Amino acid sequence: MKTPITYLENIGTYFIMIKDIFRRPTKWSVMKPLILKDIDDLIIGSLGIVAFISFFVGGVVAIQTSLNMTSPIMPKYLVGFATRQSIILEFAPTFISIIMAGKVGSFITSSIGTMRVTEQIDALEVMGINGINYLVFPKFIALTLYPFVISIAMFLGILGGLIACVYGGYGTMEDYIEGVQLDFEPFHFIYAFIKTFVFAFLLATIPSYYGYFMKGGALEVGKASTTSFVWTSVMIILVNFLLTSLLLG
Amino acid sequence: MIEVKDIHKSFGDAHILKGITTSFEKGKTNLIIGQSGSGKTVFLKCLLGLFEYEEGSISYEGKNFSNLTRDEKTNLRAEMGMVFQGSALFDSMTIAENVMFPLRMFTKQSKSEMEDRVNEVLQRVNLENAHNKMPSEASGGMQKRVAIARAIVNRPKYLFCDEPNSGLDPRTAIVIDNLIQEITDEFNITTVINTHDMNSVMEIGEKIVFLKDGLLEWEGSSETIFRTENEAVTNFVYSSELFRKVRKMYLEEND
Ligand SMILES: Nc1ncnc2c1ncn2[C@@H]1O[C@H](COP(=O)(O)OP(=O)(O)OP(=O)(O)O)[C@@H](O)[C@H]1O
Ligand SMILES: [Mg+2]
Repeated sequence: MKTPITYLENIGTYFIMIKDIFRRPTKWSVMKPLILKDIDDLIIGSLGIVAFISFFVGGVVAIQTSLNMTSPIMPKYLVGFATRQSIILEFAPTFISIIMAGKVGSFITSSIGTMRVTEQIDALEVMGINGINYLVFPKFIALTLYPFVISIAMFLGILGGLIACVYGGYGTMEDYIEGVQLDFEPFHFIYAFIKTFVFAFLLATIPSYYGYFMKGGALEVGKASTTSFVWTSVMIILVNFLLTSLLLG
Repeated sequence: MIEVKDIHKSFGDAHILKGITTSFEKGKTNLIIGQSGSGKTVFLKCLLGLFEYEEGSISYEGKNFSNLTRDEKTNLRAEMGMVFQGSALFDSMTIAENVMFPLRMFTKQSKSEMEDRVNEVLQRVNLENAHNKMPSEASGGMQKRVAIARAIVNRPKYLFCDEPNSGLDPRTAIVIDNLIQEITDEFNITTVINTHDMNSVMEIGEKIVFLKDGLLEWEGSSETIFRTENEAVTNFVYSSELFRKVRKMYLEEND
């Protein structure tokens, strides 16, 4: 049964886990390959889907914007401008992070959860290894490269918009590029990357928490992955709201 | 030497261990027997500090485990080897990497020294040709033997095995029993084994602890177990006709 106390306990355990990520670090010679593997699984392995989604959603954003701007007084460059703003501010950092909560998040929860139910985590503990450091730290480090993924999403989103706009006959390349360059505000980038870093932290830690502290058997691994996805997305949306009101509001 | 005093362990309302007191001596193979569900695995996990218990104390060489500092616990655990009932191999590593893992973690040996040692222990568990297999490609019995190799590779001072030879054929089971006995003698380690295997009980049981319903019902050795009048023990150990015959022969020979 879920009482408010259980929620508080969970939050407490989560913060203790965060502290334990950095406690009693694993030998570097053992840690290094783990980090490389997680970079491969979590970052490189996500590029394909992120590129695909960004490109096409960028295209859709450009088409929708131009379809909705029917008034002749509106300048043509607005399509490029609006596409850039929505992609850099929200689509790339937030929307992609929700997708990553599904992809990377459920991968993290199910792989750590499987190690829990098959007693591999107990085996680590018995050897005197800090299981949280061993399992979560490499994911945490791998996800510090997450802004790189988001930059690619931004670039491809804007490119997708350009291609959809030009080849769909919604505007010219010159207008679009003018719009993309218009009123460029560096702080928007900073804002987007602050969000990205915070989301990366959530993506590394919340799914790890649900995997590491799960109880039960194989069936519960599936359930834990779902719960982890729900809570990671909820936290991303909430933190997004908070950061936006703090930084831009 | 591991001393256990009055251990109580519950999960919610289920009282699993109801006050167990015993000790496990150095250089001896200590066996814990009892019916399925009697709490053997839970007891072993309490010994290792994987489960917290509500009451009682467990001490290693006179030092209460729960009072150790974090570093002391880490150091003590680096001296333990454990074979889990389900093997608990790291499924992202090959068999050889699994066995090498404790060496990479806790020693400063060179790669070739570690490889030599891994070859040596894999040979002792009859697995010389499985180095590059993944655990998922190995049979259950092979996984068990890899787990044993991993537990002994770093020459532990304490060896815990949860049913090391369940799922093994009789021949391999004997090889494993003998191996455990040998390294226990050779390196004077404290070995605690959970088992159902009556063959192990009679072959290598220097001390035998019989658990029943969360209590220590009887303790003795592979000799006294032939002579015990304890009904719970005889019902359990001599439930098969074969072992009743074995007991009869033993008593005839030794009287
Ligand atoms: N994590 C747990 N949560 C709740 N109950 C548990 C847990 N682990 C074990 N139990 C209960 O404790 C009791 C003893 O289980 P244990 O695994 O120690 O038995 P066992 O003697 O090792 O049996 P087997 O020989 O079949 O391995 C069982 O009734 C089991 O249901
Ligand atoms: Mg058991």
